[in-house]
Amino acid sequence: MPGQAANPPAWLGVSRLVAKRVLSALLTLLLVSVVIFVAASLLPGDAAQEVLGQSATAEQVAALRHEMGLDRPAVTRYADWLTSMLRGDPGWSYIAGMSVRDLIGTRLVNTLSLAGVTALVSVVLAMTIGLVSAINRGARLDRALNVVTLSLVAMPEFLIATVFVLIFSVKLVWLPSIAMISEEATWGETLRSCALPVACLAFVVTAQMARLTRAAVADELDRPYVEMARLKGVPLRRIVLFHIMPNAAGPVLNAMALSLSYLMGGALVIETIFSYPGLASLMVNAVTSRDMPLLQACAMVFCAAYLALILIADIVAILANPRLRA
Amino acid sequence: MRWAASLPLSGRIGLALVVFWLLVAIAGPMIAPYPVGRFVDQEVFSPLTGQFWLGSDYLGRDVLSRLIWGARYTVMLAAGAAALAVLAGTSVALFAAIRGGWIDEFISRAMDTLISIPSKIFSLVLVAAFGSSLPLLLLIAALIYIPGNYRIARALAVNLAEMDFVAVARARGEGALHIAWREILPNMIHPLLADMGLRFVFVVLLLSGLSFLGLGVQPPYADLGSLVRENISGLAQGSSAILSPALAIASLTVGANLLIDALKPGGGH
Amino acid sequence: MTDPARPAVEVSGLCISVELPGGSSRPIVEDISFAIPKGEVLALIGESGSGKTTIALAMMGYSRFGGHISADCIRVGDMRIDQMDAAGLRRLRGSRVAYIAQSAAAAFNPSRTIIAQVIEPLTVHGLASPAAARQRAIDLFRELALPWPETIGDRYPHQVSGGQLQRLMAAMALITGPELVILDEPTTALDVTTQVEVLNVFKSALAKSGATAIYVSHDLAVVAQMADRIVVLKDGRIAEQGEAAAVLHQPQSDYAKTLLAASQPVERAAGPSRADSVLSVEAVHAGYGRIREGRAAMPVIADVSFELGKGQSLGVIGESGSGKSTLARVIAGLLPASAGTVRLGGETLAAGLAERSKEQLRRVQIVFQNADTALNPAQTVFDTLARPLAFYHGITGAAASDRVARLLETIQLDPALARRRTAELSGGQKQRVNLARALAAEPDVLLCDEVTSALDTVVGAAILELIDGLRRDLGIATVFISHDLSMVRAFCDEMLVLYAGQAVEMCAKEAFPGSAHHPYTDLLVASVPELDSAWLASRGGQPGPAMPEAQVTGELCRFLPRCPLVITGTCDRLPPPLITAPGQRVLCHRHGKAEPSDQEHLVTGASR
Repeated sequence: MPGQAANPPAWLGVSRLVAKRVLSALLTLLLVSVVIFVAASLLPGDAAQEVLGQSATAEQVAALRHEMGLDRPAVTRYADWLTSMLRGDPGWSYIAGMSVRDLIGTRLVNTLSLAGVTALVSVVLAMTIGLVSAINRGARLDRALNVVTLSLVAMPEFLIATVFVLIFSVKLVWLPSIAMISEEATWGETLRSCALPVACLAFVVTAQMARLTRAAVADELDRPYVEMARLKGVPLRRIVLFHIMPNAAGPVLNAMALSLSYLMGGALVIETIFSYPGLASLMVNAVTSRDMPLLQACAMVFCAAYLALILIADIVAILANPRLRA
Repeated sequence: MRWAASLPLSGRIGLALVVFWLLVAIAGPMIAPYPVGRFVDQEVFSPLTGQFWLGSDYLGRDVLSRLIWGARYTVMLAAGAAALAVLAGTSVALFAAIRGGWIDEFISRAMDTLISIPSKIFSLVLVAAFGSSLPLLLLIAALIYIPGNYRIARALAVNLAEMDFVAVARARGEGALHIAWREILPNMIHPLLADMGLRFVFVVLLLSGLSFLGLGVQPPYADLGSLVRENISGLAQGSSAILSPALAIASLTVGANLLIDALKPGGGH
Repeated sequence: MTDPARPAVEVSGLCISVELPGGSSRPIVEDISFAIPKGEVLALIGESGSGKTTIALAMMGYSRFGGHISADCIRVGDMRIDQMDAAGLRRLRGSRVAYIAQSAAAAFNPSRTIIAQVIEPLTVHGLASPAAARQRAIDLFRELALPWPETIGDRYPHQVSGGQLQRLMAAMALITGPELVILDEPTTALDVTTQVEVLNVFKSALAKSGATAIYVSHDLAVVAQMADRIVVLKDGRIAEQGEAAAVLHQPQSDYAKTLLAASQPVERAAGPSRADSVLSVEAVHAGYGRIREGRAAMPVIADVSFELGKGQSLGVIGESGSGKSTLARVIAGLLPASAGTVRLGGETLAAGLAERSKEQLRRVQIVFQNADTALNPAQTVFDTLARPLAFYHGITGAAASDRVARLLETIQLDPALARRRTAELSGGQKQRVNLARALAAEPDVLLCDEVTSALDTVVGAAILELIDGLRRDLGIATVFISHDLSMVRAFCDEMLVLYAGQAVEMCAKEAFPGSAHHPYTDLLVASVPELDSAWLASRGGQPGPAMPEAQVTGELCRFLPRCPLVITGTCDRLPPPLITAPGQRVLCHRHGKAEPSDQEHLVTGASR
């Protein structure tokens, strides 16, 4: 095409944009690690004293301080911590007497599978609710869905969980109120015991995601190009799918990533209630026992997962945008 | 009153719930039938009676009295934290938007970092590090929600700063303080109030979640989340000691959400 | 069955009302009846809020804000629009009645290729296969004089120019061969020089397709070129209708007479002859981004100079992107110039605001184009006007109330409006308050940036009248920034023509008629539509650009790629010389030469 021959190929611009986003996410993660390290090191009192208790002698405390590296400057400790995190070995839990890596090990897998199943359920439900609401914007159905989702996003997870337990475990005795995950359990047993945690988590996440999806699509509905398409006689369903979705893809994907981050907060409560052996309940225990190395590691895993979600949504949105590809 | 009547039904319900809980929080000490910590019932988890309107809890204390006091802590902490977060976030945002340049970039980058730590995860780290006394909880909750408010306030302020009436004020020779205070801020009030309402809901959910996990408000104080936690053993019998504080939180947050949604421009759809 | 005498479109007793929150309804359009013979163009003209677009859209059974359409009859061909259900309307839209929107940039989906959108009316109604539709689109592109007709459709909307996009939208409308085409202000968003080309193309394409058309516009001169019949609307009712020539030349209703008068500003006498200079701008360069050696990374204006005396007015004219608003911001200090000087009286003004004294700032006041964004919606009229009084003159309390009341009188507003919030005022009232705020400073120089372009013609004309009176009474030197040549010619003593940031011509009012101008000025003059309906046809013979593909670099004439009079070997190699004549300065190689020859210009051009 005349006048465009000199331009660099489109993929170059896109890959440059993607590379920029990846770098920015990595920088953010680095800064997050600083924040978490600083916050966790501001422990009032002495971590070594904390581990040993009040009865310990000054020599014992000093020895442990040395072993924990607390007598070295903060910058050195941060550098060591960061490099050991990067090597996949985030230190030693003095409270549990185990390496943090072993503590996290299988629990991470459990949490990821809980989150994965919930995400799958939520995305499908939320897209459906969000699109149905947007297409029927202003109609009775939309207004009803609005009030329902609005109420659900304001529900504390523990309310939903306790109500579900009361109904399904206590009254109906259909599902267990404790999620047992073991090697011996059959698939069916695992599914049964995970049903309630997944349902509780999905409830809140779906409502949030559906609202954000609806908002992203509804924003586009007022654009002049939508009116133009209607005046061309294009049916509304087709307008939403073929005219609006390419434009709303970015915001919708972002909405999903943001809502999935609710999973992490939700998991803290849900895993604890159902005694689900995941990373979130481990983290709650780490706070109770003030196990800082474990807590830091858990926090970093969650932050990394969150940033990864946002990054993936960003990249997919870039790749889906024809204006950037063309 | 005319204003309330102009709201859609969902908004009026929300307004009623919010006003109800605000009144309970303020008047709590005067209307609670029993002292909050006293063991008044021989039974535990007794059902609703004329003497104990909402029954008794796992130690035989009056649930209604504890609920009223719990609501007081929940509402006051959340309102304080939300107000503090909006005050701090907006002040910093105005400063960044008007100064611009590297100061703006630096602050925005820092806020972006804080916002990319999921709020509940961040709160656990901070509670583990600092503890969970009432003032600390308020500060922690405020700190966690500053970046979100900053983002919204900065976007508003940057948009407004590009408006012609700000250019006119600058061309007149007005100082940065006048522009921030007289030209920009008055146009941000409505969205900022809505944002404060949302942050209030977030803080209620965050703090009651923490309390439910035993990491939030500590005895002898108890907020609504703590009440749910301490009575969890009554779940199997569906005791009102656990259900009523849970429903209280839900009615407060749902009410606030419905009200905010109805107040949005074109709200309530 | 078809009666040749039967009009193609017939509307009678059309009313459109909107439901109010309380449940009652308010009519926005009432009792509209008209008929259009087959193949003719009916213009709906009126100001904003007159209901012209609402009526046009009712021909497709569509209402923007969910308004309720009722009529005794809306008939297009053999279709009764008023009796159709939703499915019937959907089948008709885009196939038998088509719509061309005001802003193609907004009406095209930014994320889909142009061709996919152009052929959609055919594919969605099952009228053609995608391949056949594509071929039909390419034929239409060729017919609409679009460049690269084979491939332009594969681009995205942001990759083509505004004028091209508007023509591509016409292709989208005409592709199904509709019986009725609705054109909703289709050239309003375009620059005047582009507008002519688009109008020409529309006119011939409509004639060729044989479609009946409704042309919605506020611009009488444009309507004169396009319409066979005219309906004049006021507040949702018909003020007058009839044959185009009759309405334009012998209007019957008072309202049509007012509209016509406002659209043809009467030329004013020149201001006082060159008094002592108040504002002088010398060799100013400005732009955005990092400044190196007096040039910004993204330069907007280059080497602009002018001088303005007390009580005089200067019109700065140019199309969007020519840098005319930037010039106003540079003078006001909002955008520091990268090079050059601005003098006020005898003093040299600092480039930036921070270094200017309060007194200097007071003496130069700027009035922005859009009063909606220029007034702080959170403030009352009193707050808005009292602030400059307190800030510059230290006037507060009762004295301030007095002054505000007097200011409101000056701009012909009811002093009781002082207590209102600015957001509650009408567009014209806002623009008056906007002006009064500048006057409150008692300035020596008033910079008016497109102050009427967001207003209706009649309201805008009154504002111009007001400013003109004030500058004569108070001796305020006025700079009018505008894209409207006839306005500038009527109200300004001098005219500065900007093209792509260069001041290509400066001309005094008395020197304008009869003298030779820069080719761009000539193009501008020739592009302003006239009420004469033969005007568009008479413009057909304009010479085309000589070097459309030329790349302008460095100091060469920026108009080079569009100039019909390029001197090859000179204009594309040497910077244009500034030729000065009495009351005129022109930046052009051609200028001042009766019979220019190429060799001659090589010599004079080099001597600059």
